[in-house]
Amino acid sequence: MSVVSLANLRRIGSQPRLATGLVITLLIALVAIFGPLFAPYGENEIVGRPYTREGSWLGTDYLGHDVWSRVLYGGLAILIIAVLATALGMALGIIIGVVAAYWGGWLDEAIMRLNDVALAFPQILLVLLVLTAVDQPAWWMIVLLVGASHAPRVARLARGVALGLVSRDYVAAAEALGESRLRVILAEVLPNMSAPLLAEAGLRLTYSIGLVAGIGFLGFATNPSAADWGVMIYENRLALLVQPWAMLAPVIIIGVFTIGTNLMADGIARLTGRGD
Amino acid sequence: MTDLAPAATETVAPAIPAPRGSAGSAWLKWLARRIGLAILTLWLCSVLVFFATAALGDPVRAILGKDYASSPERAAALAAALHLDQPVIVRYFAWLGGLLTGNLGTSIANGLPVGELVGPRIVNSAVLVLSAAIVMIPLAFGIAMISAHYRGDRPDDVIQVVMITLAGLPEFVVGILLVALFSTTVFHVLPAVTIAGGGAPPWSNPASMILPVATLVIAVTPYVSRIVRSSLLEVLDSDYVELARLKGVPERVVMRKHALLNAIVPGIQVIALQLAWLAGGVVIVEYLFFYPGIGALLVDSVRNSDFPMVQVLAMVIAAVYVGVNLIADILSILFTPRARTAISS
Repeated sequence: MSVVSLANLRRIGSQPRLATGLVITLLIALVAIFGPLFAPYGENEIVGRPYTREGSWLGTDYLGHDVWSRVLYGGLAILIIAVLATALGMALGIIIGVVAAYWGGWLDEAIMRLNDVALAFPQILLVLLVLTAVDQPAWWMIVLLVGASHAPRVARLARGVALGLVSRDYVAAAEALGESRLRVILAEVLPNMSAPLLAEAGLRLTYSIGLVAGIGFLGFATNPSAADWGVMIYENRLALLVQPWAMLAPVIIIGVFTIGTNLMADGIARLTGRGD
Repeated sequence: MTDLAPAATETVAPAIPAPRGSAGSAWLKWLARRIGLAILTLWLCSVLVFFATAALGDPVRAILGKDYASSPERAAALAAALHLDQPVIVRYFAWLGGLLTGNLGTSIANGLPVGELVGPRIVNSAVLVLSAAIVMIPLAFGIAMISAHYRGDRPDDVIQVVMITLAGLPEFVVGILLVALFSTTVFHVLPAVTIAGGGAPPWSNPASMILPVATLVIAVTPYVSRIVRSSLLEVLDSDYVELARLKGVPERVVMRKHALLNAIVPGIQVIALQLAWLAGGVVIVEYLFFYPGIGALLVDSVRNSDFPMVQVLAMVIAAVYVGVNLIADILSILFTPRARTAISS
């Protein structure tokens, strides 16, 4: 099911939450992508004394950078890392879940048992565990860690959805025709899973943004000098009394972003009849 | 930002093979199987924790940071102290043995025994999580009951939009906005950080607990109330509720006696999941409020590459998750007559 067909555009319009979520998400994504073009100052340009109202309308941060310019520069890294991590987590989770459901038996049992182990760790903990042994995390490490921490959660859902499909007649028919297992999965099972998985992807994107920004908020920066919404909160955490905007601006934009993606996920779930 | 796990009841269903024998022994068999499963999960957790921290990166380089290149003799000494010359399997079993016998190792950051440092922190975090649960449970059930009562009407719509909005927010966004609102920027009524002087427990100053607890409650309530609402609606649509209504039972009594009681079991499962999630959610909230619990300690230890500490804290959090789920499964069975009969028949 392609979401961006004309008939679907009308259905999206009839779902106010989905429409609102989409608009908010697109707006923030545009700010993240094209923001640097409109920034009044450079990413690391000192425009005044720290924590003052100098610079443009949001004042300066802990080093005297312009807060508004850093907000405009600081979204791209989070956006890219969150989207890639979501894609990786969905892909891994779907593969694990579908394989478990389709092969069944001991393989299913073993995979789901290992899955339960991974579920016993909150996602942030899995990320922190590996960061313990890493001196300076690279951006692709965050993608791998956040993506891997999504996988068991996606796998559980994908397995449940696939279990309802593998016993259907058309799957049995394809098998009777002598199709290979891989082909049956690709041609018969996966296309029929797309609706619930799309809603899950929206939810995972929300969590990815929160996690990636959260890692920055805890002070684990992939590129210490670059502007980054999560890291900005960490850098300016002492500013709340003197120059609150240095901290509140990135907090608010992250909050609006996740509200948008979550509304979008909820809207997709309603549209496809999974949500209540 | 928590995990919604609709498959929670899955763990109950396959565990009821209806074995033969008397009711008591069947029940014991189920319990033994379930506890065995929990122990197996915990053991696999220990494998994951150890290899994620010890085998993926270079501990010596992480601990020494910039000093790594400049002082090779310190690096060599540290490698010897961490027994890095031994194969990783040997180190794992030495670590696991220590864990099981209560020898948790010494912290790399300050040379003190991990057990002594972790103990009081666990108590502090437990107080924080339980306080949040005590506030959250009645709140979530209350919201769900109002929402279900006005299903499809304006109050239900408003509640749902508010809940969806809150559910999307990361905990640190909620926490920082609360701090800005109540302690620094707008009003100055509540303390922004938890500072307990001279090692006194954080709850000796109850006002400083309000914002951390409120942050956790806001993070978790939307999920619980959503699940409870949909189980309430399911019950309200059932035949026996229709019959009760036809008999003339007032709607209030229907809600309290018929719907609420039947929503408790799905409620237990989702509350357990959220409590288990809180054990990890405290990481960010404790760090934000300087709350002296395991979460803040974990962040500091990760930053210092304090492996023994991180490993123990990760096992504590995993054990909370496994333990809470175990208790929830047992409670669910006890509260569901159908499942009880299935086990003992």
